[in-house]
Amino acid sequence: MTESAFTYEARGQALVIHLPGELDHHNCRNLRYETDLLLAENYITRLVFDFSKTVFMDSSGIGILLNRYKQMEGSGGKVAIYGAGPRILRVLNIGGIGKLVPCYDSKEAAIEGGGRQMIPGGKLWEQR
Amino acid sequence: MGTEIRRENQCEGEKKKEIMRMELESLSENEEFARVAVAMFMSRMDPTMEEIDDVKTAVSEAVTNGVIHGYQGKAGIIYIEVAIEGRELTVTVRDRGVGIQDVKKAMEPMYTTDVTGERSGMGFSFMEAFMDQVEVLSTPGEGTWVTMKKQIGR
Repeated sequence: MTESAFTYEARGQALVIHLPGELDHHNCRNLRYETDLLLAENYITRLVFDFSKTVFMDSSGIGILLNRYKQMEGSGGKVAIYGAGPRILRVLNIGGIGKLVPCYDSKEAAIEGGGRQMIPGGKLWEQR
Repeated sequence: MGTEIRRENQCEGEKKKEIMRMELESLSENEEFARVAVAMFMSRMDPTMEEIDDVKTAVSEAVTNGVIHGYQGKAGIIYIEVAIEGRELTVTVRDRGVGIQDVKKAMEPMYTTDVTGERSGMGFSFMEAFMDQVEVLSTPGEGTWVTMKKQIGR
């Protein structure tokens, strides 16, 4: 139970955070400490959250995303999401994240940014 | 931790009421157990996946509130009661924690007493978004009752 719920992957100046299956208060406890440490030790301009394994999320997930968004915005960085299924997209929208953080269909697209962005809540695609 | 499932036959004998009660220690690891147990119990109503997920999210919010705010991370018991009556699901989550001074303020979107910045302040908003009806009763020093209702299979 002491092992982290999150795994991290460095991709150039992007930090990919692989989220657990259940993103609740219990599983979010270590995220702040761990990401703060990684952000302090590395030059990161882009935070990418991987929701591909996540099947449950409550407002705790919204809290950590909002906080990371504010943190990255403060340093001129960006935040992106990929791999979110319909349920997660619904929760992200109700939590107001859909308007702030772009959702992509793949890790590469999320790391790259721009281009083919997912319209939250739907399967449509949009060229930005 | 204890659970109890009871069936009550109402006087008319037509509409039966089924009740499940749980007492859980106020620990963050019990948040998942609570929402999964409620989801299992409501599965007899033949709900859609979306209805199950909605209820799981709302239960998670209420139990998390009890752990973080009610008991402030200290020891305590969270009481959960789930009742099924026809198509109506009622979930009550209760703690004997510190209580809420101003329920109206606590229920405002984005309002939080948390200072770490990690909490969104959307707990009650989420309960309201995913259930049909949410009622919060609280007495400072005595605890908080959250009663949530949802019609299943509309």
